[in-house]
Amino acid sequence: MKKQNRLWMGAAALILIMVYLFPIWSINLKAPQYPEGIGLNIKVNTIEGKAPNDLQNINGLNHYIGMKVITPGSIPELKVMPFIFGFLIVSGLAVAIWGNRSWILLWLSLFAVLAIVGLIDFYLWEYDYGHNLDPNAPIKVPGMSYQPPLLGTKQLLNMRTTSLPHIGFYVALISMGCAAWAWRSEGKADKKKSATVMSAAA
Amino acid sequence: MNKKQSIRWLGLLPALAVFGLTLIYGCSSNQEFSSYGDAARKVYVAPGEYDEFYGFFSGGYNGQLSVYGLPSGRHIYTIPVFSQAPVNGYGYNEETKAMLQTSHGFVPWGDAHHPELSQTDGVPDGRYVFINENNTPRIAKIDLKKFQTTEILEIPNSAGNHASPFVTQNTEYISAATRFSIPIGSEKDVAIDSREETFNGTLSFIKLQDDGNMKLDFQILVPGFDYDLSHAGKGPSHGWSFFTSYNSEQAHTLLEINASKNDKDFIAAVNWKKAAEYAAQGKGTMIEGEYLRNYIDPETHIATTEHHSEVRMLDPRELPGMIYFLPTPKSPHGVDVSPDGELIAAGGKLSTVIPVHSFSKMIDAIENEAFEGEVGGIPVLKYDAILAGEVKDPGLGPLHTEFDGNGYAYTTAFITSEIVKWSLETFEVVDRIDTYYSPGHLMIPGGDSRKPEGKYLVALNKITKDRYLPTGPELFHSAQLIDISGDKMKLLLDFPTEGEPHYAQAIPAEKVMHDQVRYYRLEDNKHPYAARNESEAKVTREGNVVHINMTSIRSHFMPDNIEGIKVGDKVYIHVTNLEQDWDVPHGFAVKGANTSELLIMPGETRTLVWEPGKAGIFPFYCTDFCSALHQEMSGYIRVSPQESDVEIAYGTGQ
Ligand SMILES: [Cu+2]
Repeated sequence: MKKQNRLWMGAAALILIMVYLFPIWSINLKAPQYPEGIGLNIKVNTIEGKAPNDLQNINGLNHYIGMKVITPGSIPELKVMPFIFGFLIVSGLAVAIWGNRSWILLWLSLFAVLAIVGLIDFYLWEYDYGHNLDPNAPIKVPGMSYQPPLLGTKQLLNMRTTSLPHIGFYVALISMGCAAWAWRSEGKADKKKSATVMSAAA
Repeated sequence: MNKKQSIRWLGLLPALAVFGLTLIYGCSSNQEFSSYGDAARKVYVAPGEYDEFYGFFSGGYNGQLSVYGLPSGRHIYTIPVFSQAPVNGYGYNEETKAMLQTSHGFVPWGDAHHPELSQTDGVPDGRYVFINENNTPRIAKIDLKKFQTTEILEIPNSAGNHASPFVTQNTEYISAATRFSIPIGSEKDVAIDSREETFNGTLSFIKLQDDGNMKLDFQILVPGFDYDLSHAGKGPSHGWSFFTSYNSEQAHTLLEINASKNDKDFIAAVNWKKAAEYAAQGKGTMIEGEYLRNYIDPETHIATTEHHSEVRMLDPRELPGMIYFLPTPKSPHGVDVSPDGELIAAGGKLSTVIPVHSFSKMIDAIENEAFEGEVGGIPVLKYDAILAGEVKDPGLGPLHTEFDGNGYAYTTAFITSEIVKWSLETFEVVDRIDTYYSPGHLMIPGGDSRKPEGKYLVALNKITKDRYLPTGPELFHSAQLIDISGDKMKLLLDFPTEGEPHYAQAIPAEKVMHDQVRYYRLEDNKHPYAARNESEAKVTREGNVVHINMTSIRSHFMPDNIEGIKVGDKVYIHVTNLEQDWDVPHGFAVKGANTSELLIMPGETRTLVWEPGKAGIFPFYCTDFCSALHQEMSGYIRVSPQESDVEIAYGTGQ
């Protein structure tokens, strides 16, 4: 591989460190009583309130409709995700140093599969959270479930719920973009190389 | 006139009527309507928008401090200060009772007169507002991050704490003075008619220490006049304070006649820097004087009382250069210092002029010893040597003056019920406006500071009569907001104020609104009986004393069923509000308790003491509509006869 493409691939791996610093996804709630909003940030290893006590307050509000208490410590995905990104960083660096063009493609495919699995998992978690309600909940609205949207905005009783990717997700996209760039330009370089070899042979 | 003619005349009537209506509406009203429209626009604060200023209006005989938004005149809060407040349990619950302790025991009521914002560089800074209690002399400090009274200092050797509290340019000191002279020292049981020989006044100087706590640094012993109001100097006059006095006759009965005889009374000019030096050098004597300092512990939110028994008294007869008397006509009331610190205007309430003294002339007069005599060891300066000018025809009964920062002063005239605007250069009246009725103080935001915001003026009236819908014999007081941004004063708004506001102060909202506490963090709650989560809730008995450490969160208490309480028990119910969100207080009340409810802010613990006198089931509930299931937020306490053997048992949801 060309040095330049190795650098692109290295960047793709290293930029993922930022995933540990910024949230990946965010859920914002607006209600008449919360004109300033209340919300959650999903990070690689935890779920946090946007303001110091938002998680506690959302749990407090949700108990009326029987939604489960969100306790970040008991969500297994949050334990696994730091290692998945760790693996992507280490393997990405390895590809950058020793790999060739096919290894880039393999790394990229793995990343994409993990991302899709992650989003499906997130959807299922949201589904469970919004449907699996305590039968003793004080407020029961027939036919009502409270699954937040995966992407976009949905009105759930008095709460206008908006779910959007956060910086960490865009970092992952940029990482994939860098790797894809390395793969593509390495392809061009290969073509050029084989062209020169052929013309030399002729 | 024959019949036909009169019919013809009648035919003209509609036209005449239209003409007449045009006259009525077309002329007088149209004009008023357009000016009302103008005024309405100036005071209209659209829904969801904020006022430009916080206005702090003393509550007078309700003992509290009211907060109004200006220019809308909307009443936005009342801060409990010197009176018990069942609205939130202030002065009733175990945590705040001690705030109302005095050397005379528990005093549930106070008379609050003059709010005074803390200043930096002679400009209100939005840290604190201080306010005096006139009847049982005290000064309170209110923390503007929380809008709560956090400290109350009693003032010994004082009575009628009226000339109080006034701050120096950087809030180095808060001063206070006695409106009612009394015997000072150990011999207090004297004949009332011995007043002239045995009574004295005192001027108190309270230091605001670096930790924010107040400390009574020293008092100055002064002749037994009635010290009425005060203001500190600023800029060139920084280091001095001025106190008006009346009753230099030292009458002890029928003061309205006997204290109004002298042509001139005095303004006491006090060089407090000099006095503070004397105090720091240990000059003067420590004399007996019992007083209490109550303060809220920032970690437990529990009021604590500190006892003091003596105070440093400085005597001008022994310590020269501290104080001078400025002769001032006819029982002066207010004394107000111009923004540049040079002019000292006195409201000689029985005088036909407003005398204005010059600070620089006063300093010259002191240097040249232009004295006309001496009273109680205090030099009296010559009136002509210190006078800057007299404002002629200021209306009858001039009381108080504030400044707009643009070269004009505004003085209330109580008897003629008006405000007069006069020039600080020519001392001529340039405008006047009626108020409804009989203004006492007036207020311009920052109007007693180095930097007035000369946009609005509020007249604080003493008589209301017909201004609002009548409410029987007792009425709120009226206030009027007046536009002073132009050459002519214009009345904008008339609004009722609770209690009897004496003075008020206002500050740009920007200086206060951004730093507000929204709730208290549970992890910082160091209350000894706090239950910081539901697992810490418990009921414990020690003899006939029962402590219930209870939690509240939307929408239940933990515990909400309690048994094993007996008649004759003293039950302390400590309720911790577990919420950690803005504006989610919970309340607590139990049937038959001989006290007020509790209102508990998020993260805080409050305690109600209950001594049930009868056996039975006693419901308790949350008094604040906190949530959709607020009505469900309730519980039961079983009270058994004294001799019963019901064991303590408690829980929620079992
Ligand atoms: Cu409640």
